[in-house]
Amino acid sequence: MVAIEIINLTKDYPRGFWRKSYRRALDHLDLTVQAGEVFGLLGPNGAGKSTTLKLLMRLIYPTAGTARLLGQPFENIETHQRIGFLPESPYFYDYLTAREFLDYCGQLFGQSRSERRRRVGELLERVGLVEAADVALRNFSRGMLQRVGIAQAIINDPDLVFLDEPMLGLDAVGRREVRDLILELHAAGKTICFSTHVLPDVEALCDRVAILNRGRLHGLGGLDDILKMKVQASEVVVAQPSPGLVEELRRLTDGVRIAGDKLNLTVPDDKLYAVIECVRQKQGRLVAVNPVRPSLEDYFFQEFGTEKVPDLIKRL
Amino acid sequence: MQRVAVIALNTFREAVRDRVLYNLIVFALLLMGTAVLFGQISIQIEELIVVNLGLTAMTFFGLAIAIFIGIGLVYKEMDKRTLYVLFAKPVRRSEFILAKFCGLGLTLFVNIALMTVGFYGALYYVKRSLAGPDTYLLVAIYFVFLELLLVTALALLFSSFSSPVLSAAFTLGLFIGGSLADDIRELTRFVEIPWLGLVTNAVYYLVPNFRNFNVISSVAHGQPVPAALVWLNTAYAALYIGLVLAASALILQNRNLK
Repeated sequence: MVAIEIINLTKDYPRGFWRKSYRRALDHLDLTVQAGEVFGLLGPNGAGKSTTLKLLMRLIYPTAGTARLLGQPFENIETHQRIGFLPESPYFYDYLTAREFLDYCGQLFGQSRSERRRRVGELLERVGLVEAADVALRNFSRGMLQRVGIAQAIINDPDLVFLDEPMLGLDAVGRREVRDLILELHAAGKTICFSTHVLPDVEALCDRVAILNRGRLHGLGGLDDILKMKVQASEVVVAQPSPGLVEELRRLTDGVRIAGDKLNLTVPDDKLYAVIECVRQKQGRLVAVNPVRPSLEDYFFQEFGTEKVPDLIKRL
Repeated sequence: MQRVAVIALNTFREAVRDRVLYNLIVFALLLMGTAVLFGQISIQIEELIVVNLGLTAMTFFGLAIAIFIGIGLVYKEMDKRTLYVLFAKPVRRSEFILAKFCGLGLTLFVNIALMTVGFYGALYYVKRSLAGPDTYLLVAIYFVFLELLLVTALALLFSSFSSPVLSAAFTLGLFIGGSLADDIRELTRFVEIPWLGLVTNAVYYLVPNFRNFNVISSVAHGQPVPAALVWLNTAYAALYIGLVLAASALILQNRNLK
């Protein structure tokens, strides 16, 4: 079953007052996310990730295109009964306590008093806010607000969850907890779509990703599919190298590094078999041969150039 | 309607926690001071003064709450992006507008109800008794409440598309214009410009006519308010508020959140 279907979605923002011009934030996006997937929206700042999520939640309206969520047209507000959403850098009613706020959200979903009491208790426990449950949100740190935000996004036990930068403002423990939570939701068969700058999280969590840049879809598929295209080398580890072997290998490839009593080599694919043959002939011990899979970080550097990447890296 | 009630009650809770009802203390002090002062003087006008001052203070305090909270009802939620969370839930934008109006309406109702208790207390202190004509004052208080609901709806309308400063200026301007609606129409008697009649008539019918709600001087003198005026004012306020809220909902419905 398809959970999210985006068809030709486009968003232009007007600029100027008298002489209006338009800035295209999202450019004819087509995308499908299957039910039960963890789907990542990736891209540098201004890529169109948050715009996509806001369009899907009807917080802003598209210039063109449409979408379906859980099989329903995205204009259908009743579908939100089965959807959860965490906005980027969320802000809540600061005069409420965390417990009151979550209870308020539960009421908006029409939950009964007993259901709300149970669910709010569970979620406060789940996001580690039991101690601060009755403290006004105005006294919360950014990380704590993010936890409240995640709790409110799943108060209705949604089938589809949108998370806009869920790791933002969280410390290492918080990030780990959110990762675990996403995996739990995934295991429970929920569909999760999240945008992020934190590339290791994407690598750890996502079944598939869409890479956006300047409002355009730049890549779509499994991480391996996207990164496989870029595999052009292997890392070879050799133990007990003789001086002759080191000399020979240095002639074959540039990437030879001595690490203690081992040799680490980065070998281009076209020279891999020659290197292995050389190790065999010189009686070195071949410990490992691994394809060098570039990280998403490398991918971004390659695809978008250095001008966009520093911003991306800064927020890691 | 359940969602409307939930958001409305939260709006009321916000007002209470923001200490909006503290204005009651100032109101109580003002009335107590007036009652004690004029109770001592006793030159037969003390009742008139307490009634006039009490009802005018109710209008003034209520107006301040309606305008200064009303102008932030939508703007603040949009500015702080609390609407992101709200509209991601199954909440229609029209429900939000109606709920915000009801929430501030409830705040004003509680405020006026408590003021009314204090007001009658002060009146009793001055007169040493309450008589039948004193119930006419309740009609005047009801009209003050209708007036404040109208102002709330206007503030909400402006809040849905402009900044708080502009919204306050527009709302206050319309309140003053609406209070002077009859005088504006009479302008043509003093200035002879051919097209002026059209303009003043248009203004007269467009702006809410707040003067119709002001019966303070007649009830202060013990005169009853005709039942027809109560019905007409109620219907007028309901219709005007309905139209203004519909316009607010339409504006918000078509807005992209920032």
